[in-house]
Amino acid sequence: MDKILEVSGLSQIYGPGCDQCFTCTGPEFETNICKHCSSIVALHDLTFDLYKGEILGIMGESGSGKSTAVKCLYFDQMPFGGSAIFFNNKEQKHLFTLNPAQRRSLRNQHFGMVYQNPNLGLNFDISAGGNIAERLLMNRVLNYSEIRSRAHELLTRTEVLTERMDELPKNFSGGMQQRVQIAKALSTRPSLLFLDEVTTGLDLSVQAKILDLILEIQAELDTAMIVVTHDLGVTRLLAGRTLVMKYGRVVESGLTDQILEDPQHAYTQQLVASAL
Amino acid sequence: MIRNQILSVENLSKSFFLHEQKKIIPSSSQINFKAYPGKLIALIGPTGAGKSSVLKCIYRTYQQTSGRIIYKTAAGDSVDLALASDHRVLELRRNEIGFVTQFLHTLPRQKTLDVVAMPLYQQGVSRQQGREQASKLLAELNIPKQLWEVPPATFSGGEKQRVNLARGLIASPRLLLLDEPTASLDAQTTDRVLRLIQRKKDQGTAMLAIFHHADLVKRIADDVVELTLPEKTH
Repeated sequence: MDKILEVSGLSQIYGPGCDQCFTCTGPEFETNICKHCSSIVALHDLTFDLYKGEILGIMGESGSGKSTAVKCLYFDQMPFGGSAIFFNNKEQKHLFTLNPAQRRSLRNQHFGMVYQNPNLGLNFDISAGGNIAERLLMNRVLNYSEIRSRAHELLTRTEVLTERMDELPKNFSGGMQQRVQIAKALSTRPSLLFLDEVTTGLDLSVQAKILDLILEIQAELDTAMIVVTHDLGVTRLLAGRTLVMKYGRVVESGLTDQILEDPQHAYTQQLVASAL
Repeated sequence: MIRNQILSVENLSKSFFLHEQKKIIPSSSQINFKAYPGKLIALIGPTGAGKSSVLKCIYRTYQQTSGRIIYKTAAGDSVDLALASDHRVLELRRNEIGFVTQFLHTLPRQKTLDVVAMPLYQQGVSRQQGREQASKLLAELNIPKQLWEVPPATFSGGEKQRVNLARGLIASPRLLLLDEPTASLDAQTTDRVLRLIQRKKDQGTAMLAIFHHADLVKRIADDVVELTLPEKTH
């Protein structure tokens, strides 16, 4: 199996930061706020590998650093420290040493992101089809009829009524907005897709459809995915491996069924025991 | 006759540490046995003796507390399943080791035929071929045809169990772990299941199984490993 991403020592601090930030925060101190400089240590020493076509779950409560990790990898923010290497065939790219143009091209061509809030992933002032066209144009697909047919195909695939292709997504239901977002993220056939709490806040039947869709697409395109969620059910259905985070640190990692059935860390045991 | 073992479990123990209660719950202790191709070993013993724990340790759903679980791969390597990387274990699960549990976790909309054929899809078999093989197995296990295109979520306990079994058997794993494969089935269906298991044995699959009835053990098992209740620790 081929490795697609290698993350090591990824850290993020919000605030001025000081020498002692990492030594006085974390699960054992039950805080992620440094008592010396009041900075928030959102992430510390995150290290993992991701293989082609694999789905990795990152689980944890609000403030555990799971979204920060994904935001750093998707270049929404620059990390405080650490490295990440993206493998594209024979080519290796060190994510945090790229210049803005290189980052943009990687993000547009090889990465995809689906946010919890469709507002972040979609432009609400242009049509559903237009949102997809926007991303295709950035990848130099310039032919109008080709764009049109690709958008049609993607929206069909993600089960958005294609007769609504020319409507504004702000008039869509939450589940439908999420599907347009997935279609947009997939339009460039990314090899790495980030999913940040994509089913949170949707009703159960819509959640089920979105999860099904994600797995179908994964099987079809062999896309590697990082799925951030606080929902154990989502991790169980989607991810082969899972990282459990608390106060910016990984407290436990392993095969998803092992994490759920034989959790080792006190926090994971608590999390599993309190799941519905 | 000298045969090459496919699995060797050595001094396997499993206990659970519950942080909240600061308690150790012992499950299985000092288990030793070997499994061979084409042979079925039955794990027997009272409820709570840790039979399922042994299977789960082998599948790595549980992390063992001590002991070794040496598996001989198709390529001829020896792997300690307790220590192998997660990726290695996932790969072995995909290609060599199957587990039929008592529970069926499926995607909400996935049709029964696809649920059963999934292990084949994961190995790269085409959808059409996978579905064909799944149909054969489902017919053999007496699942009515009108259910094949329906997701199994609303099936009866016995039907779900057979779907689970079909999914476990379809890819012909080299090592198959069976946790009460006939628990909620009637006598006739149990016979069908045993015939299928026998056929897999004849094809060379090594099996470890938990059965609750002694007569089933007599009918299908080649060897028996007896587990006893763990001693109480306070």
